[in-house]
Amino acid sequence: MLNTIKQVFHSPKFVTGFVIFMVMLLTIIIYPIIVTADPLEMIGNGNFFKPGTYVNTSETISAKQYTFNVDVSQASKLDRQLDDTQRTKMADWLVRFGGVDESEIDTSDSVALVELWKNNYSKDVDQTGLIAADKKYFVRLDTKIDAMLASSGIIIAQKDEEGTLSEQSTVEDNSYVNINDLQTSRTLILGTDNFGRDTLTELVSAAKNSLKIGLIAGSIATVIGLVLGLLSGYLGGIIDNIITFVTNLFTVIPSFVLLVLISYSVGQGSRGIYLVAIIIGCTSWTWTTRSVRSQVISLRNRDHVNLSKLSGHSLFRIIMTDILPYIASYVVMALILQISSGILSEAQLSMLGLGPATTESATLGLMMNWATLYSAHLNGSWWAYFPVIFTVALIAFSLNLMNTGLDQVFNPQLRD
Amino acid sequence: MKGFRKYYGQKIIWYLITFVIAVFLNFILPRLMPGDPTSAIMSKVAVGMTDTTAIQKVMAEYSAKFGLDQPMYIQFFNFVKNAVKLDFGVSFTQYPRTVSDIVFSSFGWTLALQLPAIIVGWILGNVLGAIAAYIRGVFDKVILPVCMFISNIPTFGLAIILLVVFGVNLKWFPTSGAYGFDLIPNASLEFYASVLHHYWLPFFSIVLAAIGGQAIGMRSMSIYELNADYVKYSRFLGIKDRKIVGYVFRNAMLPQITGLAMSLGTMMGGALVAETIFSYPGLGSTLLSAVTGQDYPLISACTLMITIMVLLANLFVEIIYGLIDPRIKAAQQD
Repeated sequence: MLNTIKQVFHSPKFVTGFVIFMVMLLTIIIYPIIVTADPLEMIGNGNFFKPGTYVNTSETISAKQYTFNVDVSQASKLDRQLDDTQRTKMADWLVRFGGVDESEIDTSDSVALVELWKNNYSKDVDQTGLIAADKKYFVRLDTKIDAMLASSGIIIAQKDEEGTLSEQSTVEDNSYVNINDLQTSRTLILGTDNFGRDTLTELVSAAKNSLKIGLIAGSIATVIGLVLGLLSGYLGGIIDNIITFVTNLFTVIPSFVLLVLISYSVGQGSRGIYLVAIIIGCTSWTWTTRSVRSQVISLRNRDHVNLSKLSGHSLFRIIMTDILPYIASYVVMALILQISSGILSEAQLSMLGLGPATTESATLGLMMNWATLYSAHLNGSWWAYFPVIFTVALIAFSLNLMNTGLDQVFNPQLRD
Repeated sequence: MKGFRKYYGQKIIWYLITFVIAVFLNFILPRLMPGDPTSAIMSKVAVGMTDTTAIQKVMAEYSAKFGLDQPMYIQFFNFVKNAVKLDFGVSFTQYPRTVSDIVFSSFGWTLALQLPAIIVGWILGNVLGAIAAYIRGVFDKVILPVCMFISNIPTFGLAIILLVVFGVNLKWFPTSGAYGFDLIPNASLEFYASVLHHYWLPFFSIVLAAIGGQAIGMRSMSIYELNADYVKYSRFLGIKDRKIVGYVFRNAMLPQITGLAMSLGTMMGGALVAETIFSYPGLGSTLLSAVTGQDYPLISACTLMITIMVLLANLFVEIIYGLIDPRIKAAQQD
């Protein structure tokens, strides 16, 4: 036994998969200890906040100001603050509606561009062919440019009871704050999702739940497959015929269809994480049954099994001591594959709206489902779906690597 | 020839039995669930529809169709009778369209998308796997891990990645639908061009998803075959490498064909979900909208259609297998 384990850990594929899987497992365990916030707390009011560090605006104003020796002239300010897309959009507008010739425009010279813009832009010009959102965009851009041109800094004022403003302080263009001085900054490494929840924290908890689903579904499928495979392989005869018939039947009838039908029929109300896991487990045992059965058939007439039979050992004992140890490696490999396919099944079910109907816990599939429902993939919010796809792929990849590694150890013909 | 007829006869009978059981499961599974399922179906009618006259009409039609007061077996025969007549009733969500109308219009799209995609992916994967096994070295070391990682990305994940890269960012391909939304299906060149343009992204995501797994399977099969005695013997006899590779490929193909039959259902399930990413008007998207709209007759018809597709595809694979596997030929001639 110890020797086998040693041998397994000499397989580079298995070790790679094992390390990846362990790193993920440790992250799932350790992360919630460090970040104790509720993974489903809606921290953002609005959807899909970009990844980054968010600081409290009013706190930055009252925080200690540091003056940097930077060029605060208008030219450098425009250079800094006008990005490329804004410049090309401005140039585009000027050519289409401002009556400016394309050769006159140089988007790299921000001062000249802004001058042209201020001379020619007016929101009342006939802008046929522009959608309303774009029209509004240019109005906003114009206001922004005006603000950039006002060079004297921004005045912070407070309103008193009569409504008169009194100046509190001035924010100069060259004043900075140190992010460490601020108490209320919040770093969202993966931004927020469509509900304004912290995607990273949610992802970790979703990975945990998905692994749980995979483990439950995989165990159920393996237990059913193992029992049926053992019975049909060892007993043979009519029982074998019946079990083989049923197994072949459910191999051909797509489990996807059964999953959809059962998940739909149990209804929205009762479909929790565990029930989904059980449903997946109960529809994916055929593969294990087949491979266990063929293994058992090859073992059935070995000498040690016959000897056990002659000694009058019970069926249970023969299976436990003479057959199971020989197929244990296959069962472990089947379990590993079942876990990864269980996670995938949950994700697919959830994409169709048949996943766990719960708002209390997240799963990888549910995260994908919400991200696509809110068109994260169409509006550029990559952080809402890409890490999820990557996590699903990484879990499956590590499990399959482990499986291949095991296969090579126990099946010498496949060794490279 | 007589042996073949027997072999195929057995296969077809077996698939017919499977089909009947699949239909039975389609009927019984929703009815096995706790609570009174038919009244649940009725209560769902009202959720999906707003037009009161439509609700009444559908209600009346369904209580007559399901024969709610009759025993289960009569209900089953009614179900089968209606299914044979391709009469699945009226859709709850898309009233007054009939379910069979909706399902048949989406069935064509799914078939045209998935059949070529799975076949192309399977062939490409097998060729890649065989090459990787034969050449080994760097080619193998690069291809294998890449294939392994890709094959572990779910199909819908690949679909989203392709969609974002080629549709949203590069704008080479449209992001949704099966043809331009300004077009009405007709036999014009413009329409076909648009269909083709919309076809590539869903097509390649299914192909990519199929390639990875097949390549890995084919690689290990080929390595297994390359170590076999007949290869060593052929080398010893001085038979050309090309010819040996031909033998190896043919022998390694056989388990791959069985593998295709076994994984067809899973592959199609993945591809159906990928369809929804592109809003491709196939069975996958129809199933999604039926689930969201709690449209029971439509779900039932969709799952039945998918089952039929998978069963037919499997039967087809088995027929091909019988033709090319020399062992079956030999067994039948005895």
